[in-house]
Amino acid sequence: MSLLADNISLHLAGFDLLRNISLQVEAGKVTAIVGPNGAGKSSLLKVLTGEMVPTQGQVYLNNRLLQHWSLLDKAQLLAVLPQHTMLNFPFTADEVVGLGRIPHNTGLSKDREIITEALDLVDASYLQKRLYTQMSGGEKQRVQLARVLTQIWQASHLGDQFLVLDEPTSAFDLSHQKLTLDIVRQLADKAVGVVMVVHDLNLAARCADNLVVFDGGVIAAQGSPEAVLTEALIDKVFGVKSIIAQHPVTKRPLVIT
Amino acid sequence: MAALVSITVGTVDISVSDALSALTGNSVNTQTQTILFDIRLPRILLAIAVGAVLASTGAVMQGLFRNPLADPSLIGVSSGASVGASLMIVTAGGFIQSGALLGLSLVAVGAFVGGFAATLLVYRLATSGIGTSVTTMLLAGIAIGALSGALNSLLSYFSDNDMLRQISLWQMGNLSGASWTKVTIMGAVALLLIGLFPRESKALNALLLGESEARHLGIDVQRVKRRLIVLTALGVGVSVASAGLVGFVGLIMPHIVRLAIGPDHRWLVPASALAGATLLVIADSLARIVVIPAELPTGILTALLGAPFFVALLLQQRKDM
Repeated sequence: MSLLADNISLHLAGFDLLRNISLQVEAGKVTAIVGPNGAGKSSLLKVLTGEMVPTQGQVYLNNRLLQHWSLLDKAQLLAVLPQHTMLNFPFTADEVVGLGRIPHNTGLSKDREIITEALDLVDASYLQKRLYTQMSGGEKQRVQLARVLTQIWQASHLGDQFLVLDEPTSAFDLSHQKLTLDIVRQLADKAVGVVMVVHDLNLAARCADNLVVFDGGVIAAQGSPEAVLTEALIDKVFGVKSIIAQHPVTKRPLVIT
Repeated sequence: MAALVSITVGTVDISVSDALSALTGNSVNTQTQTILFDIRLPRILLAIAVGAVLASTGAVMQGLFRNPLADPSLIGVSSGASVGASLMIVTAGGFIQSGALLGLSLVAVGAFVGGFAATLLVYRLATSGIGTSVTTMLLAGIAIGALSGALNSLLSYFSDNDMLRQISLWQMGNLSGASWTKVTIMGAVALLLIGLFPRESKALNALLLGESEARHLGIDVQRVKRRLIVLTALGVGVSVASAGLVGFVGLIMPHIVRLAIGPDHRWLVPASALAGATLLVIADSLARIVVIPAELPTGILTALLGAPFFVALLLQQRKDM
């Protein structure tokens, strides 16, 4: 099953933000979206998660119209990590992560167990009792990542689950970037469908099963990283001359600029 | 505890033992009986209910607006109530004592209607097809507040000395008008709020992340907003109607409680209610005794008591950092 955008267009205040976008986020696969600033990547995420209603076209979650799911059922299938979270109240890290369990009814002790495991997974166990307002940007983002992970921690009887990440690695150092990619891969192996916006083409090439290149509100190319990443495309979309090599170990494409 | 001490203090001293025996049904002299049951007990119960409502709605508004400096007056309820009350004092001055509805004075009715109407206006202004914008609501609240301020000044300008004194006394907040009717209405509203707020506490926690984040967690944000605003307008409207503008409690008590126990609304809202009730009982007791045989308006005391305590907490926090 999938999270499916079917011929989406979005007009807002006289601008065409998205034009005729069709995109399938498959369960068990990692879909990475790249593109220049203002190309419509975040707008598409907002349409995919139901935050914005498209001017034209439909979004389907597991073959059912997105707006036909109840808010609570949808929250059990679809977790969303925004680029920034405006939390300025002094919650502790485990309280923030615990918010991800709101849509579930698994009881306090099970929730505690999941919260501890999720914090451990994102390398944030040491933050457990620290106040969110006193953390660094990278620490906050890791805590938020743990929060959305707890939201889809257990498989749901309602269908396949999806994780939407908007630039999850932007605040991370090298080791936490790698950690995030590992987590994303693990989730895909557990049949979760992951869709993420990233800026680093090499990061995208390394983790994506399906790479989607956005340009000016339309999809310029999509497919496997090997097929999509060409010198001509990068020049056309980003206006940057580059060389495509192959990573000596992962055998994935490597963009050198 | 505070309530027990409070019942014994006032212009006429009543001993703790007398008060206790009267409350448990034993007979004491008639004068003591009258003072206790007709004046002090309703007044203390009113203080508890008003304090609990103001502080818990304050906690709820700070969560809803994601701003620790928000208070119930932000949605226009206090300023609207103040215009309603002034209007009644100025236009119906002579009837205030006699023209009573359900045992409540016209001023109280005016305050409630004014408060509710202002909130409705603010809410309407901020609600469009895509939902209620919290930012627009804040701005609309400020605009309505300014308009109310102007109307109030205008009404004060046209009133005579006696009315002027009544208006300003009312705006200071005063519990001396407590009656069993007011206690019944106010108590019922307080119980309603305290009963309904816990159902929204998880939603309020999620809302601190942001509205779309709360929606992704399965919260029907628009419905939660509407419910909380209606409950707050009701609670604060009735509070202002029965006790005037008691400032400070709604803004600072949730803040103090949050510093002490953290921002989780499951504990914050009930703890704020308790703290607000306690503060108001203490403040009102002091209001009765500091200038015997006269009385100070309670609103002055809440600020005089709470502000230094709050400053002390801030200093403490700065030292910890």
